[in-house]
Amino acid sequence: MSFINYAQREIILKIVYYGPGLCGKTTNIKFIYSGTNPDARGKLVSLETKQERTLFFDFLPLSLPAIRGFKTRLHLYSVPGQLFYSASRKLIMKGADGVVFVADSQRARKEANIISMEDLKENLQAYGYDIDKIPFVIQYNKRDLPTSMPVEELRADLNPDGRFADFEASAVAPGGPGVFETLKAVVKLILVELKKTK
Amino acid sequence: MLSGQMVIYEEEHQQLTEICERLVRDALAKAIFVVDKDGQLVTATGETAGIDTTGLASLVAGSTAATGSLAQMLGEEEFPVHFHEGTSKHLHVSVIGETLILVVIFDERSSLGLVRLRVKRAYLEMAGVIENLNRKAKAGNKDLDIFGEITDDDIDSLFNDAF
Repeated sequence: MSFINYAQREIILKIVYYGPGLCGKTTNIKFIYSGTNPDARGKLVSLETKQERTLFFDFLPLSLPAIRGFKTRLHLYSVPGQLFYSASRKLIMKGADGVVFVADSQRARKEANIISMEDLKENLQAYGYDIDKIPFVIQYNKRDLPTSMPVEELRADLNPDGRFADFEASAVAPGGPGVFETLKAVVKLILVELKKTK
Repeated sequence: MLSGQMVIYEEEHQQLTEICERLVRDALAKAIFVVDKDGQLVTATGETAGIDTTGLASLVAGSTAATGSLAQMLGEEEFPVHFHEGTSKHLHVSVIGETLILVVIFDERSSLGLVRLRVKRAYLEMAGVIENLNRKAKAGNKDLDIFGEITDDDIDSLFNDAF
């Protein structure tokens, strides 16, 4: 849910990165942190296990220029991907304005992608949201790996009707191709949606 | 959009800040924060220098959501108050109405009993402010049309300097 503070003249948008375990949600957030102007980023909060797996969430606040005199702030969250963290995943979804689904392009993770997408739909439903109505983009990550599936196959699994904007990415590669494009696309969808509802 | 909008107007922001300023003095607290349940900071008062207020807001909201889920597992609707005791600093967290969380940071100058007592009083005042906010939200407000005239170029230019 977008948050508008008239006293501080700011709009805050909450964006959640979702996807199966080890697909690169945290890597996306860390890449965004490293690629953002230090004046425009806040402190990165990472709640990880000793094995660097996300335990609860990662959190990165970003500041963008003002729209009509209101500072635009993005709050990026990533959920823990492992199946057994379902309860905490659901908590993070609450109040989200937009969702990025990060898919792991490796063939071995084909089923994990599909299960995670189903899990996302269930969690959205639990809060009364509809995946067809929310600002939602898909990112096919790890395109640089030799074990990655063709994009057509990933699309057939996760975006068969082509209803959602999707991007190829490689969050660990130099320059992180696709990472900022994905973020920009979801922010744009959220703002267009807010414009429509006004 | 996933759900509605949380809007804080200047009038209610001022009222909440005044209640917090009074509470800092009455409870001998170090700092007080009001955070919304989705993790956004509404107002902060007291000795906030050196505290990452944005990070604090998101962690308090996460912790409150997790505590709420624990309560439900035990058949409770919610644990409206939780307390974290440190060596020198302590955190008193209470849920205010449906949407906000009040966070009081205090040290040896105060005590849990005093904080609890003063928070109870402030709670009623804050609940009144939230009620007002909800009424306004239901009635709608024309001033809300921030997004109406933004263009695609405005949206594109948002990213020019940040990345």
